[in-house]
Parts: sequence; structure tokens; C-alpha cells
Amino acid sequence: MPVNIDYSLVDWSRAQFALTAMYHWLFVPLTLGLSFIIAIMESVYVRTGNEEWKRMTKFWMTLFGINFAIGVATGIILEFEFGTNWSNYSWFVGDIFGAPLAIEGIMAFFLESTFIAVMFFGWDKVSRKFHLAASWLTAIGANLSALWILVANAWMQYPTGMKFNPDTARNEMQNFWDILLSPVAINKFFHTVTSSFILASFFVLGISAWYLLKNREHLLAKRSMMIAAIFGLAAALGTAFTGDGSAYQVSQKQPMKLAAMEGLYKGSYGAGLVAFGVLTPAKIAGDGKDPFLFRIEFPKLLSFLGYRNPDAFVPGIEDILRGGFNPQYNAVPKQELSAAISIDEKIARGRLAIAAFGAYRQAVSVKDSLKASEAGKTLQANFPYFGYGYLESSKAVIPSVPLIYYAFHFMVYSGLYFIILLIVLLFYLHNDRIEIQRWLLRCTLWTIPVAYLASQAGWIVAEVGRQPWVIQDLLPVSAGVSKIGSSSVQLTFWLFAIVFTVLLIAEVMIMVKQIKLGPKNGGAH
Amino acid sequence: MFETLSLGALQSYWWIIISLLGGVLVFLMFVQGGQTMIYTLGKTERQRKMIVNALGRKWEFTFTTLVTFGGAFFASFPLFYSTSFGGAYWVWMGILFPFILQAVAYEYRSKPNNLLGPRTYEIFLFINGALGTLLLGAAVSTFFTGSLFSVNKLNLVNLADPAISRWEGPAYGLEAVLNWRNVALGLAVLFLSRVLGVLYIANSVSDEDIHRRLRKQLLANSVPFLVFFLAWLIALMVMPGLGVNNIQGNTIGWEPYKYFRNLMDMPLVTVCLAGGIIAVLTGIGFPLFDFLKNGSKGIWLAGPGTILTVFALFCLAGFNNTPFYPSTWDIQSSLTINNSSSSHYTLTAMSYVSLIIPLVLVYIWYSWRSINRKKIDAAEMESGEHTY
Ligand code: HDD
Ligand code: HEM
Ligand code: HEM
Repeated sequence: MPVNIDYSLVDWSRAQFALTAMYHWLFVPLTLGLSFIIAIMESVYVRTGNEEWKRMTKFWMTLFGINFAIGVATGIILEFEFGTNWSNYSWFVGDIFGAPLAIEGIMAFFLESTFIAVMFFGWDKVSRKFHLAASWLTAIGANLSALWILVANAWMQYPTGMKFNPDTARNEMQNFWDILLSPVAINKFFHTVTSSFILASFFVLGISAWYLLKNREHLLAKRSMMIAAIFGLAAALGTAFTGDGSAYQVSQKQPMKLAAMEGLYKGSYGAGLVAFGVLTPAKIAGDGKDPFLFRIEFPKLLSFLGYRNPDAFVPGIEDILRGGFNPQYNAVPKQELSAAISIDEKIARGRLAIAAFGAYRQAVSVKDSLKASEAGKTLQANFPYFGYGYLESSKAVIPSVPLIYYAFHFMVYSGLYFIILLIVLLFYLHNDRIEIQRWLLRCTLWTIPVAYLASQAGWIVAEVGRQPWVIQDLLPVSAGVSKIGSSSVQLTFWLFAIVFTVLLIAEVMIMVKQIKLGPKNGGAH
Repeated sequence: MFETLSLGALQSYWWIIISLLGGVLVFLMFVQGGQTMIYTLGKTERQRKMIVNALGRKWEFTFTTLVTFGGAFFASFPLFYSTSFGGAYWVWMGILFPFILQAVAYEYRSKPNNLLGPRTYEIFLFINGALGTLLLGAAVSTFFTGSLFSVNKLNLVNLADPAISRWEGPAYGLEAVLNWRNVALGLAVLFLSRVLGVLYIANSVSDEDIHRRLRKQLLANSVPFLVFFLAWLIALMVMPGLGVNNIQGNTIGWEPYKYFRNLMDMPLVTVCLAGGIIAVLTGIGFPLFDFLKNGSKGIWLAGPGTILTVFALFCLAGFNNTPFYPSTWDIQSSLTINNSSSSHYTLTAMSYVSLIIPLVLVYIWYSWRSINRKKIDAAEMESGEHTY
């Protein structure tokens, strides 16, 4: 059965989502982390009554406000893009996916936007305690909004708690708690927020280091650094821990993503983890080339991390295509463990499911209940492979390996580097010898962009790694897209690219100016 | 508690919530209306600063309400969300784009080194105020006048082209502005938001010079608002509309005077509509009569009046077996609250979530009261506190 998909529409829609999400994600992690750092500083102010702490709080709050505005600006479009660009997806899973978005608005965004107003305008109008509460509630609101959107995203990676209903042609929610408390969602939430705390810590650390390098604002800089370094180290350890948890979940639920993260084409028992390696360019699955030009491995570590068993079998890309191995993972909820079937077989079963769906609707419309129940059974039996039916060939299930591999390794190296740097920083802060370590201060300043890159890299792993799926195994991007002219999407892509870039430049210029002005002037506003 | 309700009852409950959110959203558009009058009302830099700050303390609520309105519509009536957003692409992009500009404009306008200059950010505010209200009004009007789309769930079996909802018009939604009724409601919302903007500023800024101009603007905007709104409303009362007209509830056909009949069939809605319109009119009328004495109180009547009116209009669009999103391309594709809603389970879960809305309202109220005890005046703008 030939499938002629309009790839230009799909690609522009993907590009637009990637662009807008990555811009949004430039600002969100700072909001998530800095809001807590500010609340901690203000708590110290309220306890000690020391005006210097208030000045500090206000200074970081000014930067927070500048970042927050553009975070909000880039966020609104994402909320509606599920409808504008992924409308088929919005119907197919809207019964499940819409709820977290609505809850996010009701529970989190209002909390955040109400108390942020108190934070900025309330200094002289409300009591100290109420102001402090407002700062904490803003931080909680921001992180709650992350919770709900991440629950939604986790569900796309690991659909659970639902059932396909052929009468409405969509998946319907069966259990809210399965969705909220899925292990993927829990890991994703904690990994994302803790990694955002790291980013915010390095933002504070880097700017403070700059003041020390310029020989200004010693007290503010050192106090800010102390708070950010402690907060950052706790977050960095949490990130490593939850990152391991995320990798474990990926191995279980998205083995293809794991194989791409590790550049693993041929699976093995007791698979090693690549510590350092350079991929062979233009490697194609099945061409027999060594995937690596060069590599150093930790033996058995991948099997251990992925399956908590040093001898477990980790399937590579070619194994997944071919099937036939006995998987220790369980990609489809509540499915019996048996030898994995090949992708070609999954495509065949997917097409069976789709055809059965058509037969079911046909039978219902002519009131042939016998035929309908038969078709319904075929549909449910093959539904776990529904999305495969839309794929043109088995190779379509392989995502972009180099992008995912390098992004993943960059993220992990950064994570380890952050832990080491934070320990060193704490050591010198504790001994009050930080000012004379100019190399360390410079290094801290230049770690700000590294934190941003690591954070973006994480999302590339997560999102590019699940291609071609928009809902793992159930709906490929080509079947989720809205049917609009690809030139319309192309036009909006460029509009967003231009507007967001201009606004980003404006934001950075304002931010840099406020930092140069420093707390004396900037803090008052 | 909600589990025991029927699917139909839950659908009605959620349509009521959507209608209320829609009403609150239009009321909060006073921010947008105000944004189109910064230069009309403020002749000096300081006056403009006061106006921008009065609006700036509320912009996030309008924005967040819009986001929540979208999310709640998605969660409760996902087929509308996918059909309308994925089809009327350019209308929604036209609405959302100005909101992106607005979100940075307040914070960046007066900051040093802001790349574009304060004037550009004020233009952003103007674009948001004008385009956002106009297009949103036009989009809401399509709830009555219809759009060109088709919905066919069997499309899922077409492997290369499985889209269920398809837009059948050439302009992906911009066709809406070719219909004079949609334009009329768009303009009515624009001028209403300006009226509300005037009343809000009268309530929250104390400056004699601004107040003199507010009074003039109140009259200048109330007249076109009334003309466009009444023209639209009268046209609505005499036009035919779609109705679900068989017992199984799945055949849709044209009915003459459909919306007028909806009013007759639903007296409670009629009361809301009449009450809302009267409240808006008195909210405008008293200040016109004596601006010094009543100017700052108008918003307390016109605001709730707006919410009631819009609420009643949404009820007219969705209840009494009426498709709230009619398709004039294929009338059987029209969306009703029955055929476009989420499942019983999801609506139940969401209904529990809706119980926290009153709590949200309480803390918003409390926080506003505590930071708005005093009107904005010139002195505050110079006090060194956070300003836009
Ligand atoms: C400062 C940022 C940062 C740092 C240092 C790390 N991560 Fe991360 N990572 C993220 C920021 C991030 C993220 C942006 O927050 C992601 C994107 C999606 C998600 O769930 O979190 C992510 C995703 C993500 C995923 C994919 C999850 C999925 O596909 O659902 C894995 C497997 C890891 N991380 C593992 C790690 C490991 C083992 C790290 C070692 C310390 C690590 N990350 C450090
Ligand atoms: C804010 C952090 C995020 C970033 C940086 C990000 C990044 C990306 C990227 C790079 C793509 C393109 C993948 C490709 O086409 O190869 C993408 C696609 C997409 N993402 Fe995300 N993402 C983020 C969060 C989310 C969340 C939270 C959701 C859902 C709740 C989501 C839903 C989607 C959808 C629907 C697509 C389009 C379909 C697709 O290409 O798979 N993203 N994102
Ligand atoms: C990892 C993914 C994401 C996280 C953690 C996240 C978190 C946040 C946070 C904390 C804010 C507050 C503004 C700011 O702080 O910068 C925000 C704003 C916003 N986000 Fe995201 N977001 C993510 C991705 C998305 C996606 C995929 C959508 C689309 C549904 C979205 C929709 C929005 C909207 C509409 C706003 C503005 C709302 C308002 O405050 O009025 N976000 N997001």
C-alpha cells in the first residue's frame, strides 16, 4: 500500500514547533530556578531584617521580571499550536492531553500571575509576610505549571491510562492517576525542574562572578554566590539522579531512543556505555559499517543502567528493526512479554488495526452489529501498533542518531562538570578566597551558556529521540499534523523566527544593561 | 459527586464554564481597549506613564484568562479546538501574534537599552489592542454565522491524508472578515473594550486632565459600540440558524429565526442578556451624565454587564439543540456540545478541577485589593517603586 505523505507540510510544522518550543525553553528554566532563589533571599531578609538582603532580592527580581515577560510571550503560542498545527493529534488524544493544559491554566498560571504582581508592586503596600508568601507562591506557581505540561509531555512518550474508542475515533482517559503518576512523568518532572535550578544557579553565580571580576558589589556577589552554589549543588545531584531515572525509563519504554542516544546499532548482552566516541558519518542501519570511528567504553554499564542488570540484553537499532530478541522492556502497557516482533510486522499489524477501524465504522453505520464486534476485536488486538500503519517503511522508525547521540553526551558531560565546578566554588566560597581565584570566576561566567546548551540538548534528546512519533507507537507526526497549506506554515515559521529573535536580542540588551547598572540603580526599579 | 451526572449534564456544565470564561475574557479586554488610547488620553509623558501603569497591572489577567480559555476549551470540547484552531489558522494566528508583542511591551517599554525604543513598544500595545479585540469578536461571531469546514472521522483510514477536520475555505479562516456580521461584532468588541478601558482608567487613575479626556472618549466610543452591536444583534434575531432537529439528535438542519427562538425557549438566558445589556448601558449612562461623580463607578456596572451579555450569547450559541460551531460547507459536520465534547471520565475529572476556580477568584480578589488600595497618581510614578 503506497503512502504519499505531504512531507513539506509535516517538516515545516515540526520546524515551527521546534523553533517556538526551543525559544520558550530559553526563558522557562531561569524562571523556574530564579523564583526559588529569590524567595530564599527574601526569606533571609524577613528573618534578619537586614536591608542588604532586600536590595539583593530586588536586584535579582528585576532580572527575573525581564526574563519572565518574554517567557510568557513565547509560551502562549505553544499552547495554541497543538490546535493550529497538530489538530489531528489534538482530536486523537485531546481527551487526555487537554486536561493537563487546562489544569495548568487554572491552577498554575493564575497563581503565578497574581502573586508576581504582588511581588513587583507590593513592596510598600502589603505586609512583609504577605510579600514573602507571594514570592514563594510565584515560585510554586511556576513549578506547578511545569508539572502539568511535563505530565502531558510524558504521556506522549509513554501513553498510559487510556483506551481507544472507535465510536468517537479517539483515545479516552480511563485513569487520571495513571497519567499523573506514571514513572515517566515523575522522572521527567523532577529531572526538568532540578536541571532548571542548575541553570538558574549558574545564572546567579556567573553574574556575581562578573561583579567580582570587575571589583564591584562584593557583599551582594558573595552572598548570592553562596546561596546559588548550595542550591545549585543540591540541584545538580538531583539532576544526575533523576537523569539516571530518565535513562532507565527510556530503556524500558522507548528502546529506539536509547539506541540512538548511545549510537547502538547492534545490540548485545552486557552492553557497555560509551564514555567518549566519534560516530562514523553517514552510517545507515544495516550497512555493516562500524558505527564508531573511535570509542572508549565502560563495560556492562549500559545494561546495568538500562535494566539494572549488568548482563541484560540491550537491543540496538538493527535488532529493533528485525525483532526476534527477547525484550526485557515492555513498550506497550500491559502487554505480555514475548519475543519482539519486527517493525515490518508492526506496520502490517498497524494497517490491520486501521482497516479494522474503517470496517467497524462501516458496520456500525449499516447497523451490522456482528461485523462491528468482529472488527472491533481485530482493532483492539492490534491497536498497540496503530501508528505503525501510517509509516511508509520500517526505516521510518529510526530518528536522527548523530543529533541525539551528541546532544545526550553533551548533556551528561555538562552534568558532571557542573557538579565538580559547584564543589570547587563552594570550597573557595567557604574559605572566603573566591575573589582571588580569577580563573575560577571567569570559568563560572562562561558556564552560563553551557548550562543553557545542556538544557536545550536535553530536550533534543527527548523530542528528536521520539521521532517519528508524536504519540509513541500510536500516532506518527505525519498523521498528527493539521491539514493546512504548507506555505501558510512556512510563513508563520519565518514570522516567529524573526519576532522571537528580535525580542531575544532586546531582552539580552536590557538584561546586560541592568546588570551593568547594578543593584544600586537597577534594584530600585 | 460529578460521576453521577449524565454526559449531557456535564457537557452543559462545561459549556456554562466556557461561556463564563468567555464573558470574563471580553470584560478583561478593557486592557486592550485602553491600549488603543494611550496617546488619545495621555498628552504628556507622565500622563501616558500613568495610563500604561494602570493597564500594566492588569494585563497578565487578560492574558492568563485567554490561555485558560484555550486550555479549558481544549479539555472540554477538543473537537472544536482541533477543528477551529487547525483550520481557521490565520484568524487565530492573527489573534495570538499581537499577544506575543503585548507580553513584552509593558516590561520592556521604559527599560534602558531596549533595542526598539519606547514608541515601538507602545505601537505593539496598540496593535494588540486593535487587532486582538477585532479578530476575537469576528471569531466569536462565526459561532453564529458559520465557517467552511468538514469533519469526517473515517478519514483516519486514509493513510497518506488522515486529517479528520479540514478547512474548506481558501483563506484558512480569514474568510470570516468577508461577512459583514462578523466585522460588525468585531468592531462592537473593539469599541466596547475602549469603553471599558475608559471606565477602568477613570476608576484607577487620579488626574484631572486625563479625566476630562476620558469623558469625551466615553461618548465617542459608546455610540459606535451601540450601533455595531445592535446591528449585529438585530441581524442575529432575524437570521435562520442550524438546529439539531430529529429525535436521535444527529441530523442538523436550517431553522428560521433560530436564535430568536432560542431566546424564547430559554427565558433565563433572555433575562441574562437583557440584564447584561441594561447594566452595560447604565454603566455608560451614569458617567456620561455626571462624570465627576459617577465616572469611577461605571466599570462596576459595565463590567459585570459585559460578562452577563457575553455569557448569554454563548448560551444562545450552544444550548437548545444548537450547533455552536456551524459549518456552512457541510451542515452535518457542525459541532454541537454533544458531538464535540470530551468523554464522561474526562469531563468528570475536569469538573473536580473546576471546584478550585472560586478559590482562585478569592486570592485574586484579595491580592488586587491589597495592592490597589490607592489610585495611581503622578507622585507614585516618581516614587522609585517598580513601574512600567
Ligand atoms: C542543565 C541541564 C541538564 C543536565 C546537566 C542534565 N540534563 Fe538530562 N535533560 C534535561 C536537562 C539536563 C532537560 C532539558 O530537562 C530534559 C529534556 C526533557 C526532560 O525530561 O528533561 C532532559 C532529558 C534527559 C533524558 C531524556 C528523557 C526523555 O527522553 O524523556 C535523559 C535520558 C537524561 N536527560 C539524562 C541525563 C543524565 C544521565 C544526566 C547526567 C547528569 C543529565 N541528563 C544531565
Ligand atoms: C520547552 C521545552 C521543549 C523543547 C525545547 C522541545 C523541543 C522540540 C523539538 C526540537 C521538536 C522537533 C522534533 C523533531 O521534529 O525532530 C519538538 C517537537 C514537538 N514537541 Fe517538543 N519540546 C519541548 C517541550 C515540549 C512539551 C512539554 C510538549 C508537550 C506537552 C512538546 C510537544 C511537542 C510536539 C507536539 C512536537 C511536534 C511533533 C514532533 O515533531 O514530534 N514539546 N519539540
Ligand atoms: C518543559 C516544558 C515547559 C515548561 C517547564 C514550561 C513552563 C512554563 C512557565 C514556568 C511559564 C511561566 C512563564 C515563564 O516563566 O517564562 C510558562 C509560560 C507559558 N507556557 Fe510554558 N512551559 C513548557 C512548555 C510549554 C508548552 C509545550 C506549552 C504549550 C502548551 C507551554 C505554554 C505556556 C504558556 C501558554 C505560557 C504563558 C502563560 C501565562 O503565564 O499566562 N509551555 N511555561
